[in-house]
Amino acid sequence: MTPLAGYLLVAALVFAIGLAGALTRRNAILVLIGIELMLNAANLNLVAFWRYSPHPEALTGMMFAVFSIAVAAAEAAVGLGLVISIYRHARTTDLDELNRMKG
Amino acid sequence: MNAVFWILSIITVLGGLAAVTLKNTVHCALALTAAFAGLALLFLQLDAQFAGFAQILVYIGAVAILVVFAILLTRGSETPSEGVFSRTWLTGLVIAAAVFAVIAWAVLRSGAALPGENAAPAVSVQQIGAALMGRYVLPLEIVALLLTAAMIGAVIVAMHDKGGSK
Amino acid sequence: MQEAIQFTPYAVASWIGKILWLIPALPIVAAGVIALLKQPRRRLASSLAIGSLAISFLLALAGFGDVLAGWATGHAVRETVNFTWIEIGGGNLDLGWVLDPLSAVMLVMVTFVGLLIFIYSVGYMAHDENFTRFFCFLSLFAGAMLGVVISNSLLLLFMCWEIVGLTSYLLIGFWYQKPSAAAAAKKAFVTTRVGDIFFLLGIVWLFAQTGTLLFYNSGSGNLEPNALGGLLAAPAALGLSAATAIGLLIFAGAAGKSGQLPLHVWLPDAMEGPTPVSALIHAATMVAAGVYLIARVYPLMAAGLQPGGTTVALSVVTWVGATTAVFAALIAVAQNDIKRILAYSTVSQLGYMMAGLGLGGVAVGMFHLITHAFFKALLFMGAGSVIHGCHDEQDVRRMGGLRKFMPVTFATYAVGMLALTGFPIFFSGFWSKDAILESAHAWNASHGPYYLLVFGAVLTAFYMTRQVSYVFFGEYRGHGHAHESPRVMTMPLAILAFFAIALGVLGTPAWPWFRSFLNNQAAAIEFGKFGEGEFLALLLTSSVIVALGYGIGWSLYGNKSPRADEPDALERAMPPVWRALSNRLYVDEFYGVTVIAFYHWWARVADWFDRRVWGGIVAAVTWFFGLWARFNRFLDNEWVNGGFDKGCEELAAGGGILSRVESGRVQSYLRLLALGVVVLAAILIWSSAR
Repeated sequence: MTPLAGYLLVAALVFAIGLAGALTRRNAILVLIGIELMLNAANLNLVAFWRYSPHPEALTGMMFAVFSIAVAAAEAAVGLGLVISIYRHARTTDLDELNRMKG
Repeated sequence: MNAVFWILSIITVLGGLAAVTLKNTVHCALALTAAFAGLALLFLQLDAQFAGFAQILVYIGAVAILVVFAILLTRGSETPSEGVFSRTWLTGLVIAAAVFAVIAWAVLRSGAALPGENAAPAVSVQQIGAALMGRYVLPLEIVALLLTAAMIGAVIVAMHDKGGSK
Repeated sequence: MQEAIQFTPYAVASWIGKILWLIPALPIVAAGVIALLKQPRRRLASSLAIGSLAISFLLALAGFGDVLAGWATGHAVRETVNFTWIEIGGGNLDLGWVLDPLSAVMLVMVTFVGLLIFIYSVGYMAHDENFTRFFCFLSLFAGAMLGVVISNSLLLLFMCWEIVGLTSYLLIGFWYQKPSAAAAAKKAFVTTRVGDIFFLLGIVWLFAQTGTLLFYNSGSGNLEPNALGGLLAAPAALGLSAATAIGLLIFAGAAGKSGQLPLHVWLPDAMEGPTPVSALIHAATMVAAGVYLIARVYPLMAAGLQPGGTTVALSVVTWVGATTAVFAALIAVAQNDIKRILAYSTVSQLGYMMAGLGLGGVAVGMFHLITHAFFKALLFMGAGSVIHGCHDEQDVRRMGGLRKFMPVTFATYAVGMLALTGFPIFFSGFWSKDAILESAHAWNASHGPYYLLVFGAVLTAFYMTRQVSYVFFGEYRGHGHAHESPRVMTMPLAILAFFAIALGVLGTPAWPWFRSFLNNQAAAIEFGKFGEGEFLALLLTSSVIVALGYGIGWSLYGNKSPRADEPDALERAMPPVWRALSNRLYVDEFYGVTVIAFYHWWARVADWFDRRVWGGIVAAVTWFFGLWARFNRFLDNEWVNGGFDKGCEELAAGGGILSRVESGRVQSYLRLLALGVVVLAAILIWSSAR
């Protein structure tokens, strides 16, 4: 197994763990935590590919990862703000009970 | 595949696992921080120093704090009455496992096509700065706009609404 | 005998020839306008009718003057204006009018007599509430009759002929509330229709054979030598030529309209109409239309005529005419209704006219037609005056002695009676009837018609004397006071009486103006003609005949005044003969058991057929369609509607099932997303691995 494959597998594992958390936990904040893990895993993927690419001096992969970090931060801020706002209205963060979108 | 890689991987994976399985939400947030740290060190091992330090600064320094704040503001530290996992947690687990299986299968199948070792790149901050101002100036500006919008949006969304929203 | 006439027609019609069409058109237009008026507008209606006919009279005089001028200068006048109405493949349907001596004299007579009768009607119908309608029909009749007179096309003639028949029906049945009047109108129409069928056949045959409907058309008309030659040569059936056969068919139509022997039954019944109608239509004009028709197509009837001989068509005309003359005169002897006596007299005189045409030619027949029009109209109007004065009494046995109460009527009626019977020298009827008798005497084919016509003359004098004695002499046996009629009714009587005398002048052998006018010969006054041997003998014979009739009549009826319940003098003498005559020789009864009975039976058969067979077929089709409709309704309700409803329910149920996906829970959506990604990735990897 090449080093690259190792990194990719680790990233896949972290991604799956994050996805499992987002899909199974009740608390909305924990869903967001899972999403952050997924994003991080993706970043690891990017950097790993950059490191073992034929032309690392183009800096493409790392730049991508950096921008991804910035966007993820913004998204986390907004998302947590939304959760707080929903908590004020519904007095709960339990996703099983928040089914107003039922149609 | 040296030992550092294994240790760091174990830290990251265990941190992630803990983050999604612990009952106490604050413990989850702390485990998340550990996972972030592990990833940052992995970046450093991959000679992506800028990315690693950016990871530490942004994720550990801002996102994790944000999560803790959100937990505190929503009384998430209290243990819920019916358990932390959803009623249909098995379906979610199965789907997550399926995702991992597919990606792992892709990685393992293409093992021969993946590139091998090459020399470590020497990346200086100056290079990165030049790239940011040169090749990636447009994404930079857009991300700046995005951050501004996100900031304003978060403020608005989370603001106490005193009789009517703004 | 008729000689062949050579006309050299004008190349271009004169001014009156061109506007000749106005003569019938004006009364028809007047009729149309009157039809739109309301009943109370009497003065306007009568003024329109009289005014239009007066203008037509003036135009007729102008036309007559034009023809007269041509005759006087030795140029024959026959102006025609022809035009094509409809173009069809084989030949064209042409219409047109003609102005020649024949049509000119007829026009003047019809318009003049018509005008007098219109004026008379103003007084006679004054108490009738349908005054306006009467003048509408009268005017329409006048226009149509004038159309028959001027027509140069068989088609136009037939169309006007039919309108004449229609107005006759309308006028006979004018008082339609009376069942007898309605029945009489129907009888008239149907009987003349029988004749008209043969007429139409004749027209179609003539058109087919010659290719043209026009009588005169600069050499190519169907009465001109070219066409006649072709018709003579074409064979028909029974060894006759087409000319003869067509002539006989046309005569059948004339026989219907003019009441000749088998088809005379409608004329006496037609007396149900008002007296002006009887005077105008059934004395002077419409019945004369048949005679005029034969005069118009005389070249056809006389085609192939050798000097001193006769043709088949002309013989038939003569014999039918002569028999009708005697037949009708016999019946007239035994009638008691004043108008019915005159009606049978008309039938008899029409027989004389037809015989005159057959024996002596156009001039002889037409002269009697013209004179008869005047004195018969006079007699009918006089009868109307008598009826009016006796408060609507029509039975002669309930009149009498009226010469004291109605002097003017008596005087004019006497003039008419003397003219009709042929009192020698002074009265026109004498000269016209004498011309016919002279031609009959000179006829080489047979002397039968001569003896028949002589016998008819005796009978005519007899029954007229009987009628006049009953009405004007003896005691008054009626109810109420008899009084003279108003001026508006007696003035026309006087005028007609004058002409009944004066017209005789035109036909004496000394100055045969009428004959020369029609034949386009010069006429000179030669008193010497009186002295020619044969002629004087015939003149004396006629006078003796008439005297005989007067004598027998006066001796039987004279100043005696038999009441209605007493038997007639003749009845006492010869009861079975009287019974037969007063039952009109049983002709109507004969028709009743043969023709009419057949039609009743045929109508029943047709009704059965219609109800059972056609009705049955229709019912069957209806039943079948009903079945089909019920089947369709079943299909529609059960399968289409049911199927549709079921489908909708399934759709709703399916929607209900699918909507459970929308749980409103975010994590479910996430799971579905992830699952989708997995499936997609698997597909991509698997497909790229091949």
